[in-house]
Amino acid sequence: MRQRLSTLADALGVFAALLVLWQLILWIFHIPQYMLPSPWAVARAVGLRFPSLLAALAITAVESGAGLIASIVAGVIVALFFAQSRWVRRMLYPYTILLQTVPIVAIAPLILMWVGAGAPAVALIAFIISLAPIIANTTQGLVSVEENLVHLFLMHNATPGQLLFKLRLPHAIPSLFVGIRIASGISVIGAITGELYAGSSSVGGGGLGYSILYASSQLQTDYLFALVLAATVLGFSFFFLVMFLEWYFLHRWHESALKMEVE
Amino acid sequence: MMPEQGVPMIELSGLTKRYGTGQTVLDSVSLTISKGEFVSFIGPSGCGKSTALKLISGLAVPTAGTISVDGMTPKNAREIISFIFQDATLLPWRTVQQNVGLGLELEGMVDKRRREKTSQLLELVGLKHMANAYPRELSGGMKMRVSIARALATSPRLLLMDEPFAALDEMSRDRLNEELLRLRDEQKWTAVFVTHSVAEAVFLSTRIVVLAPNPGRIHVVLPIELPLPRTAALRDTPEFEARVMQVSHALRAALLQ
Repeated sequence: MRQRLSTLADALGVFAALLVLWQLILWIFHIPQYMLPSPWAVARAVGLRFPSLLAALAITAVESGAGLIASIVAGVIVALFFAQSRWVRRMLYPYTILLQTVPIVAIAPLILMWVGAGAPAVALIAFIISLAPIIANTTQGLVSVEENLVHLFLMHNATPGQLLFKLRLPHAIPSLFVGIRIASGISVIGAITGELYAGSSSVGGGGLGYSILYASSQLQTDYLFALVLAATVLGFSFFFLVMFLEWYFLHRWHESALKMEVE
Repeated sequence: MMPEQGVPMIELSGLTKRYGTGQTVLDSVSLTISKGEFVSFIGPSGCGKSTALKLISGLAVPTAGTISVDGMTPKNAREIISFIFQDATLLPWRTVQQNVGLGLELEGMVDKRRREKTSQLLELVGLKHMANAYPRELSGGMKMRVSIARALATSPRLLLMDEPFAALDEMSRDRLNEELLRLRDEQKWTAVFVTHSVAEAVFLSTRIVVLAPNPGRIHVVLPIELPLPRTAALRDTPEFEARVMQVSHALRAALLQ
């Protein structure tokens, strides 16, 4: 506990130093507020526009959360299918990589065209961008079961269903969490990118991405910074929520979760 | 006392296993193992000991020759076989008791009866106090005990063991050897045991099959006519020493062949 507190103190120290540096740069180079607002101005913007900031944050959280959860459900189903045969994997795995490499900025206008602007389109974009790491990691976990464990099940005349749900799936849970951890970060990025294109038009109603676009067009740089801060907080929250769930489900039996506990 | 020429449990005839690369792992092995016997396969690396177990259990298919297990094909005989692997192969997400119950669960035994049966077995291997622990909390010897309990849970009549104690220290290994014999005296299963250790093979076995490598084949079969039941004290007797010497000589000869 003491060590955790000192780690926290270190992090806060670095943060304070960055704020000082930021302020110094403003003074030394005489940078105008609309280019780079002072830390104080950003804090004031957070305070003054807290309700709309919170509303934008909530919308982005729901959109990226929905996309993430959908990608977990769909990703696990796809991975279960991939685990059935090497042949299926060889045929279809390249398309997973395609999913990962397609620039989301390029397909966002298409999705907008097909689904129309609004939260569903944004959630869909977050879903697409989160899917690949879930599929890849879960598939890896499903197929990397030790041969002797498979033999053990075969010696007890296990059915294919028993092999899948009593051996491969539980074995893949730690890998699934690795995938979710990666996906949790990029689902937020996906949602904000999506909102740049597909956020609805009412101010604050379009989530963080839309608000960022709006604030930048109005040269409200202090509010823009506040929005970026909110996006970071959202990403962090997702990450820590996933870390907590991982610890909660795995700490009793899994080594990596155990290590996390010690750190 | 010794079930030398009893009812056959395993009949191997002309058993040959070649891999796709043309390497012959086992070359025309013929052997009959009677019910109640404890037979050890011993030999240098590459003599096909583990392959022989895989073939008997139906986890691998022979290139030539026939296998009969209690009059059945290996795959059909799985109901009466339990396999103990070199590592404990426990499921880390299951508690000790749930691990012991795995075989029964896969065979569809109901929860309540399974709990009774697994509790009995944990008592038998001295791990009742660890029933709700997870495998990562156990020592190597304890894990192996869980593995043995799991294998015995399905009441097998044939136990196949592939170097089950190879990773353990000598003290744990000796103790588990003694426990294994005690369990066998109570439950009367037939055993085929693969090992690198001559002393272990002599202590456990009614017969030792010494294999020669490249290609794997039977060098000599040595009956171990030491009195049953055997206890730890046996290891200090000159008869035991003499048997260990005899098997060691045979093993060396098999290597030179």
